[in-house]
Amino acid sequence: MAVVPNTLKGFGVTLKQIFKKPITQQYPEYKRPVYPRYRGRHRLNRHENGLEKCVGCSLCAAACPADCIRVVAAENTPDNRVSAGERYARIYEINMSRCIFCGYCEVACPFDAITLGNDFEISEYNRDDLIYTKDILLRPPIKKVPVADPDLYDTPIPYYKEHS
Amino acid sequence: MKEAWWITLPKAFVVINVVMLFFAFTTWLERKLLGRMQLRFGPNRAGPKGLLVPIADLLKLIRKEAFAPIAAREPLYIVAPIVSMFTALAAFSVLPWGAGWTVAGHYIRGSVVDVPISLILIFALGSIGIYGFIVGGWASESKYSLLGSMRTCAQLVSYEVSLALSVLGVVLMGQSLDLAQIVDKQQATLWFFIPQCVGLAVFLIGGTAETSRAPFDLPEADTELVAGYHTEYSGMRWGLFQAAEYINMLTLSGLCVTLFFDGYHFPWVHSLDMLGPLWFVLKLFALVSVFIWLRATQPRLRYDQLMRFGWKVLLPVATANALVTAFLVVLVK
Repeated sequence: MAVVPNTLKGFGVTLKQIFKKPITQQYPEYKRPVYPRYRGRHRLNRHENGLEKCVGCSLCAAACPADCIRVVAAENTPDNRVSAGERYARIYEINMSRCIFCGYCEVACPFDAITLGNDFEISEYNRDDLIYTKDILLRPPIKKVPVADPDLYDTPIPYYKEHS
Repeated sequence: MKEAWWITLPKAFVVINVVMLFFAFTTWLERKLLGRMQLRFGPNRAGPKGLLVPIADLLKLIRKEAFAPIAAREPLYIVAPIVSMFTALAAFSVLPWGAGWTVAGHYIRGSVVDVPISLILIFALGSIGIYGFIVGGWASESKYSLLGSMRTCAQLVSYEVSLALSVLGVVLMGQSLDLAQIVDKQQATLWFFIPQCVGLAVFLIGGTAETSRAPFDLPEADTELVAGYHTEYSGMRWGLFQAAEYINMLTLSGLCVTLFFDGYHFPWVHSLDMLGPLWFVLKLFALVSVFIWLRATQPRLRYDQLMRFGWKVLLPVATANALVTAFLVVLVK
C-alpha cells in the first residue's frame, strides 16, 4: 500500500515547482547568445580596398546541396572594376527558403568571399523576399544577434570566419 | 416561495454566460498553472498575463474551417457536439449559488430552477451528455472515431456507477435529493467532507474519470493517440466538445462544493452568507485548481488499469461507504 503516500509525494513535487522561477527564456526580449561558429545568414565580403572578393567562379553553387545559389559572372573591365579577379559576379542570388545552412559554400569558396554569419532572424511574410540578391548579401544584416564569448568554447573559430 | 418567470429568464441568461466565462477562464488557469508546475510561464503574450488567450482561441476556432468527412451522418454529426454542450450547461441550472434574496419585494432564488430531485437531474443530464460523445464518434463514419467513442463510453459508464454511489452517503445524511436542502443540512450540522471523506475521495476520483481529465483522459490520450471520438471534428464543433468537457468539470466541481463543502456558505461567519455566489465561486475554483494539479502530477493510466481500478477498487469502496453510512444514520436515529 505504498501507492497512496507515493502519490501524495508526487503532489508535493508539483506544488513546489509553482514557487520556483520559471526557466523559460523570453525570446524576443531576451536573445540567447548564439554559438560563435553558428551558421546563419550569408554575407558576401569585400577586400579592404572595397573590391568584392567574389570572382564569380560558381564553386559555391556547385557545392550547394540544396541548389539554392545562382551565380552569373561577367568580365571586369578597366573602367568597371568590381572584384579583385578577372571576373565578378554580376548576379549573385541565394534562395533562403531553400538554404539548409550547411556551410558548404563557404568551405568551397577559394577567396572567402561568402561566409555564413550568426544571424538567424530572417523570416519574411513573402517567399519572394527570401531570395537574397547581391546587394542584400553585401550589406551588413539589419538585425544583430548576440554572439557568445568564443573563449567559452574550446573549438577554434575557422580562419575564414576570423579573417572575413 | 415562488419566483416570477421574468426573473428566472434573465437569471438563466446570466448564469449561462457566467459559466461560459468561467470556462474560458478555466482554460487560462489550467495553462497558467500547468506552466508554472512545469517551470514555464504559461501564456503571457496575449493581453496582461495572457488573459486574452481564451478569446484568441475562440476567434481561431470560429474562423477555422468546419471540416466534415464526406461520409459523415450529417444531422447526427452536427447535433452530437451540441448535445454535449447543452447538457453540460443545463446541469448548472440546478446548482445553488446562494440562499436566495428578496429585492424590492421580489424573491430571487439561489439556483436557476427549483427541482426537488436536482441531484438526480444532474446525473441524468450527465448520462445524456455521454450520448454526444458516442453519437459523435459513430456519426463521423470513421473507424478510429468509433473506437474512440467506444473507449469513452466504456470509461464513462464504468465510473458513473461509482460516482452515483459515492454521493449516496451524502443523500442519506442530508435526507434529501434537493441540493439546496443538502446545503442547509450541512450548515445546520457539519460540512459533509468530514463524515463523508471516503465518499469525497471516490467522488473526486470518479469525477476526474467522468470528465475524462488526466490521469483518466483515455478518451483523448493526446500523447499516445490522435484523439478519440472527436478525431473527425474541427473548428468550433471540436470547440464545443472541448467546452463541454471543461464545463462538465466546472459542474462537477460545483456539485462537489455543494455536496461536501457547504456550497455557498462562508465558514463560521453567517452574516457573510449574502455574498453566496462569491464563496461558491471561490470554492469552485479551488477545486478546479485541484483537478489541474492532479493533471500536472499523475501519469495517464493504462486502459486495463483504468477498468480494474474502476470496478475492483472504486465501486466496492463506494458501495461500502454507502452501506456504512446508511447503517450509522439508522443507528444515530
